[in-house]
Amino acid sequence: MKISFSSEDEQFRQEIAGWLKENLKGEFEQLRHRGGPGDEHMFPEERKAWEQHMAHAGWTCPGWPVEHGGKGLSINQQVIFHEEYARAGGPGHMGHIGEGLAGPTIIAFGSEEQKKRFLPGIVNGTEYWCQGYSEPSAGSDLANVKTKAHQDEETGQWVVSGQKVWTSLAHESDWCFVIARTEPGSIGHKGLSFLLVPMEQTGVEVRPIEQLTGTSEFNEVFFDNAVTDAGNIVGKPGEGWKIAMALLGFERGVSTLGQQMHFQNELDQIIEVAKGNGSSKDPAIRQRIADAWMGLRIMRYNSLRMLSGGKDGALQKEAMIYKLFWATWHANLGKLAMDVLGNESEILDEGGSYELTRLQSMYLFTRSDTIYGGTNEIQRNIIAERALGMPKEPKGR
Amino acid sequence: MEFAFTDEQEMIRDSAESFLQDVSTSEAVRAAMATEAGFDSELWQKICSDMYWQALHIPEEYGGLGLGYVELAILFEEMGRRLLCSPFFSTVALGVNSLLVAGNDEQKSTWLPQIAEGALTATLAYTSQNSWDAESITAIAIKEGDGFVLSGQYKYVPDGHTAGLLILAAREEDSSDEEGVSLFAIPADTVGINCRWTPTMDQTRKQAEITLDNVYVESSHLLGEAGTAWPQLEKIVQLAAVAVAAEQTGGARQVLDLTVDYTQERVQFGRTIASFQAIKHRAADMMLQVECSKSAVYYAACVAQEALFSNDKAGEEVAEELLVASALAKSYCSDAYFHCAADSIQLHGGVGFTWEYDPHLYFKRAKSSETYLGSGSYHREKIAQAIL
Repeated sequence: MKISFSSEDEQFRQEIAGWLKENLKGEFEQLRHRGGPGDEHMFPEERKAWEQHMAHAGWTCPGWPVEHGGKGLSINQQVIFHEEYARAGGPGHMGHIGEGLAGPTIIAFGSEEQKKRFLPGIVNGTEYWCQGYSEPSAGSDLANVKTKAHQDEETGQWVVSGQKVWTSLAHESDWCFVIARTEPGSIGHKGLSFLLVPMEQTGVEVRPIEQLTGTSEFNEVFFDNAVTDAGNIVGKPGEGWKIAMALLGFERGVSTLGQQMHFQNELDQIIEVAKGNGSSKDPAIRQRIADAWMGLRIMRYNSLRMLSGGKDGALQKEAMIYKLFWATWHANLGKLAMDVLGNESEILDEGGSYELTRLQSMYLFTRSDTIYGGTNEIQRNIIAERALGMPKEPKGR
Repeated sequence: MEFAFTDEQEMIRDSAESFLQDVSTSEAVRAAMATEAGFDSELWQKICSDMYWQALHIPEEYGGLGLGYVELAILFEEMGRRLLCSPFFSTVALGVNSLLVAGNDEQKSTWLPQIAEGALTATLAYTSQNSWDAESITAIAIKEGDGFVLSGQYKYVPDGHTAGLLILAAREEDSSDEEGVSLFAIPADTVGINCRWTPTMDQTRKQAEITLDNVYVESSHLLGEAGTAWPQLEKIVQLAAVAVAAEQTGGARQVLDLTVDYTQERVQFGRTIASFQAIKHRAADMMLQVECSKSAVYYAACVAQEALFSNDKAGEEVAEELLVASALAKSYCSDAYFHCAADSIQLHGGVGFTWEYDPHLYFKRAKSSETYLGSGSYHREKIAQAIL
């Protein structure tokens, strides 16, 4: 067990930190610390330009294998990459769904043709992706997907109809990977397929969801006889659930280090406020700030354990607790931010009709952290059933 | 960066796990805890001669195995898991650490080989108050001739009534707080020392009160410099806190396992109660805290390793990191252990409230280990001081 990085890795840290310093300026300066969770709707075009700028220098998809256009970085170097990116205030990746989810799925399960067709667009920052999983009646019960797809008898194309919801960045995306029911009459996780569907077509309509923050990062996506070519299915018909679940395992936690650096920036901001307004002298606030600081440290150690072990790719206990821990921690941080601000927490930025400050926006947005990507309750089920081996709740009918 | 155990470390865990599973059963713990000494001396000798754990992080030049703090943390975790009744914590986390941090070569050569052989147990005493800061030291050391005369009182001393070697903190007259503190290594049978067992609610770890009545010691018993030992003592206490946190982690793990097993046997409403989400979600929260405890302890153990054994010049940086890493581990693991042990009683239902079932042993140990060396909030305030 070692907690320091090798000198080779530290040299890599210098390299990426230096590049970011040299490049995250000029037209890109305004993007620093922007576009993260709760702020994803900001500067989409500028962030795409930044993505392409990174791609020219070879910094997109750094963890992908070299043969697929990545840098083939070691886990340690990926950790360093994400840390330095977040430390420099690198903007939220417009391409993170392609880089983290669509791409790895295609690499693992896609055909050679699909790899040739789709991977370069992700690496180059020219094609963007969104995820078509949740539906109005398939939230926590994700397998209850109702969206249907069938193959047109003449053209062989897949024809997709149904509604997806909570689709982030849908309005900025070129492609959507959709779980759809391709076997009529099937229920649950059987009979589902993993389809790649182009967003620019008359059969696809994107409607933003107005959130309690007053902003819109999530969307509803309506498919009304939308089409995609016969070859745009990953795996075989009926393998959709298997592929969708495998995809969840690709997130081995490397990018979590970047997320934590973002959290650290928020915590630092709260500490500054507390020192400024004197609440840092309140013993109860001191306890809570220390607790938040500890939680963030523990999150980091959890990630390092997660990244150092389980080379077989199996989901470890550390990985299973990760979402529940960070989501709960972040929701508490949001509340702490408001309590540190005291009465000032109510006062909006001047100007617009409902212009939230960064901390207010964070506070309100954290209410979604414990819901999206598997609610805290679903996370607890997963932990109890998969890590502790406790029985499943009997299913209702 | 490799935040995972080596194969050798995994082997140490496996052998500790299987050894303790055999010797530190519920029956063995209950038998030992009912005695005043608080441990089975035959078992202790077996540990010393067969497992050699007491010598684990003593350097080879002093007759030890020369292993590190991560290995030690693994042992503490496994011992905490089985509530092993033994003078291991006091002798190793307090005694050996004190000698390694504050002793000179002669003192180490005198005491460490005896400890490594299993011929000597030790402990550390400093507070006489209901707190753990420097100001809690009230025993007085007065220079006299070629030695010192010590007088005063100590409370909450682990195994203080059975230890052979006492590491004692005392201060110069009229000094206060972190000023004027000295550390001594003194055989417990020295004239004027009275060690008395203090009966405690948690019976798995014994405490004692020690009084010094004009105890005269040669200056060869002084560890380090007279009057300037607080930084050393603080470091010893930080190292010991990491050990306590490791024990707490093991205890929390065990109450989780006991709870998961029990709820899978207990049937109500025609189902095992483990199938109810009300139970599963609490078990999941326990596991989250267990995993986070492990992360906190393993990191702190890595820092403790560097603080204790690395000789590079980044000493001050490591000292600051040990301060927060040990405070973090002690704070988090104290609260996590208490929460897990309390929930374990709750999820066992009625039988959890009986003497016969084990959860109460852990619940009591959780509380005693929480208060020892400072509670969660005490250590959070330390972190607040470091970051605010």
